[in-house]
Amino acid sequence: MNKKIYLDHAATTPTKIEVVEAMLPYFTEKFGNPSSIYEFSGQNKEAIEESRELVAKAIGANEREIFFTSGGTESDNWAILGIAESYKTKGNHIITTTIEHHAVLHTCEYLEKNGYEVTYLEVDKDGLVNPDDLKDAIKETTILISIMLANNEIGTVQPIEELGAIAKASGVLFHTDAVQGVGHVPIDVNAMHIDLLSISGHKLYGPKGIGALYVRKGIKLKSFIHGGGQEKKRRGGTENVPAIVGFGKAIELAITSMEAESKRQADLRDYLIEQVLEKIPHCRINGHKEYRLPNNANFSFEFIEGESLLIMLDMKDICASSGSACTSGSLDPSHVLLGIGLPHEIAHGSLRISLGDQNTKEEMDYLIESLIVIVARLREMSPLYEDYMKKQAKIER
Amino acid sequence: MYTKKVMDHFQNPRNMGEIEDASGVGTVGNAKCGDIMRIYLDIEDEIIKDVKFKTFGCGAAVATSSMATELVKGKTVKEAMEVTNKAVMEALDGLPRAKVHCSLLAEEALQAALWDYAKKNGIVIEGLEEPKPFEEHEEEEEEF
Ligand SMILES: Cc1ncc(COP(=O)(O)O)c(C=O)c1O
Ligand code: FES
Repeated sequence: MNKKIYLDHAATTPTKIEVVEAMLPYFTEKFGNPSSIYEFSGQNKEAIEESRELVAKAIGANEREIFFTSGGTESDNWAILGIAESYKTKGNHIITTTIEHHAVLHTCEYLEKNGYEVTYLEVDKDGLVNPDDLKDAIKETTILISIMLANNEIGTVQPIEELGAIAKASGVLFHTDAVQGVGHVPIDVNAMHIDLLSISGHKLYGPKGIGALYVRKGIKLKSFIHGGGQEKKRRGGTENVPAIVGFGKAIELAITSMEAESKRQADLRDYLIEQVLEKIPHCRINGHKEYRLPNNANFSFEFIEGESLLIMLDMKDICASSGSACTSGSLDPSHVLLGIGLPHEIAHGSLRISLGDQNTKEEMDYLIESLIVIVARLREMSPLYEDYMKKQAKIER
Repeated sequence: MYTKKVMDHFQNPRNMGEIEDASGVGTVGNAKCGDIMRIYLDIEDEIIKDVKFKTFGCGAAVATSSMATELVKGKTVKEAMEVTNKAVMEALDGLPRAKVHCSLLAEEALQAALWDYAKKNGIVIEGLEEPKPFEEHEEEEEEF
């Protein structure tokens, strides 16, 4: 095999050709500012509205509830900071979890420094939030609950409908970061009682730097980017028309193929997990067995370190990622892996594989064969493995 | 992000392995990021005849252990004392800033092995300090 095998779709996805083609005219002939009066610019306004409808449809919302942003990070920031500001007379308490994306966690930490109180719900060993914990955490001053729909590292999908119902029954607004979920699992903002929802274009084969925030009708949300009258005065700045058009196209394609693709990818994922657990000793799967994204597999290989593993995979043209301390740049393993209770040295040997629509069973076989060799090689180099083997030998004697 | 030399030593580590009945063994750990390095020395007449290493850590950690072993092989104990993390980094044409701490591990492992050798033989090596004790990892009870 000499082709690059890309298995890091949770980091980003390639932009689909159809998406790029839909975008191209908006750079050149259809370049007009959507706010201008002349007819050819007016067409761009229509193109934006068409995309808005496609995004709304993907999550069962009304198009008037969709606001375009620069991506998942801005949507998360806007939802949390905006609600904190708009509802501060009602209270100053926010509930979230320990395994959120940094776009949520760091925003919450910022609010804590500014007089807000944040409860970080712990998750169980599979990464699930306990609905009873949420119930217990809600108090008089709670103004927002923010719980991600699907985790970007371990792929665990939360019981969002149940959590949303709890929020609704308590009269607290419910935000979910659905960046990893949209296009992979069915989402309906009404059935799931979601008030605000973050989406990102580049995780669903659209362009980078574009996303959306769904805001349920009737919710007061202070604007975050102040400027012109775009996005109903709630998000200023000349619209990124090519990206909005591409995002609309990408989400349409993702929803159309979701049922078949998620089944196909889940089958590949299950095959991969089964083979790796069977063929490589001292290995575990992180995240929930059943409630997990169809394209995510997260392993921990004992006695080895993730960055070394990634470099060796890269030498075999395989692109993946790890939550190891050595890859984090901060000397700490991923907060998600620590959040599900993994000890440091097990978090160290983690490997995230996230599949996409081009991956094949042959590629899984190549990955499995490569992993067997690489893990064995790294264990041969590992003082921890040496100690373990010596201990085993002593026990056997 | 790594230099060619680092990648070369990562891909083809020199002196990886163990020495049975080594003259000195040093194991050090970076408590923070959890990486562990072990160096074995075979010393005869104050000369390092053979050296091996094992490393649980990133690409830079593997490469610095490999380079450190190359730098001390065939040298005297005194010369080995001059192999600092800076010397190892220079020999590798540099490391990314976030990876400098990994090279410290190589220096510490080497000195811990020399300390072990000195202690076993009741000698004093000038300038050598006792390494921090290394706690062994608790065995995981959980089944994998
Ligand atoms: C769960 C989650 N939220 C938010 C983001 C940020 O999205 P973006 O890269 O569009 O800012 C990501 C992407 O890394 C993510 O995985
Ligand atoms: S050994 Fe952990 S960062 Fe180098």
